[in-house]
Amino acid sequence: MALVLVKFNLNGHPVEVDVEPNEILLNTLRNKLGIKSVKRGCERGECGACTILLDGKPVYSCMLLTVQVNGRSIDTVDGLWNNELFKKLVYNFTIKGAIQCGYCTPGFLITSYALLRTKKVISKEDVLKAIEGNLCRCTGYKKIIEAIMETYECIHS
Amino acid sequence: MFYRLPQFKYYKPQTLDEALKLLNELDEAKVIAGGTDLLIDMRIGRYRPKSIIDINDLSELKYIIDDGNRIRIGALTRLQELIYSEIIKEKLPILYEAVYHMASWQIRNMATIGGNLCNASPAADTAPPLMVLEAKLRVINIEGERTIDIREFFLGPRKTLLKGNELLKEIIVPVHKDYGYSYMKLGRRNSFTLSIVSVASLVKVENNIFSDVRIALNSIAPTPIRAVSVEKYLVGRKVTIDSIKAASKLVIKDISPITDIRATAEYRKDMAIILTYDSLKVALKRLGIEFVKG
Repeated sequence: MALVLVKFNLNGHPVEVDVEPNEILLNTLRNKLGIKSVKRGCERGECGACTILLDGKPVYSCMLLTVQVNGRSIDTVDGLWNNELFKKLVYNFTIKGAIQCGYCTPGFLITSYALLRTKKVISKEDVLKAIEGNLCRCTGYKKIIEAIMETYECIHS
Repeated sequence: MFYRLPQFKYYKPQTLDEALKLLNELDEAKVIAGGTDLLIDMRIGRYRPKSIIDINDLSELKYIIDDGNRIRIGALTRLQELIYSEIIKEKLPILYEAVYHMASWQIRNMATIGGNLCNASPAADTAPPLMVLEAKLRVINIEGERTIDIREFFLGPRKTLLKGNELLKEIIVPVHKDYGYSYMKLGRRNSFTLSIVSVASLVKVENNIFSDVRIALNSIAPTPIRAVSVEKYLVGRKVTIDSIKAASKLVIKDISPITDIRATAEYRKDMAIILTYDSLKVALKRLGIEFVKG
């Protein structure tokens, strides 16, 4: 099958990559563009380990064809290390013990970062609702929720 | 495991006309909107399309328009956009509730209302509310448009009245004032997984008599269905706890559940009765009618 040239913005930088039409974005990010923070989990849109921001909105990279993101903008945790909100979020994840094995963490960070950016006022219920699509098998969510709420209180105090 | 999809040709039309032409010309083509069902179905081998037509650039199919007594929704409207819409929340609260409890934020950011209907899963969550609201579907091909009543749209699991060259364009939903509503979903995880049973109810009461009752369920038959037996029993009857109790039991006549990985047929039957009963009670409560007992 003929290769297609796909151009998009990855963490603020333009990238170009040749792909077959049936290539999944998760594979392109990990295998061709070296973005290893995007984790391979269930590969069926249930676990959230591969969550990225597509034009600022959280989506699963295992459920997108790479050809579909031509001209779009993608963010992963790799591009957020200089962002103040993101830094606070990471700090609170570590302080609160919201990380154990760490496999789900990039996905949780992306989703919670999107929540804190999208909604100005949030409650614990909003947090629960937002992270419905991310699974953690270690922490039991309590500490993750605490870390997100702590960050929210921190940025609004 | 890396999963690889079968190979296909990829087309990304920029206009509706272009999309319809492609749909008319290409053999064994599949339309991709959100892709949250299609990519999984391709992965498990349910579909092996030769071509994929990506309609995501057709911005003319993304809208929510309030016409007063009806709401028109573009087929390519994302589920999350429905939740964000004040129009949907205020005028079609039953649809809002159903979508609010669907899948996850990540999925709702991609999945579309048109995709949920056209994929025609027996568990489609937007179907029960749209069936009680008696929505009309505008479909289009290169020759022209036609309107299909949503109650006739589903033919079986993943089968609809859509012809190979037709595209769902718009969902037209009548606004129902003075109706009590409820949407209830039973799934294994909170709201994330496919439902075991879902029930949508819309009721109208005049002088303590049921003047209109509409109930639709999913996951309990080859397609989402209306519970006609329950509806017929209730219309014209007094609103009492006994009448809704007796009516709920009749739901068995309308459904034909199967045993699958999510639940047994028997469990689904029991749950359909209980959810129909609960759903009617919640719908009545929204009209200010509450029962002391039961």
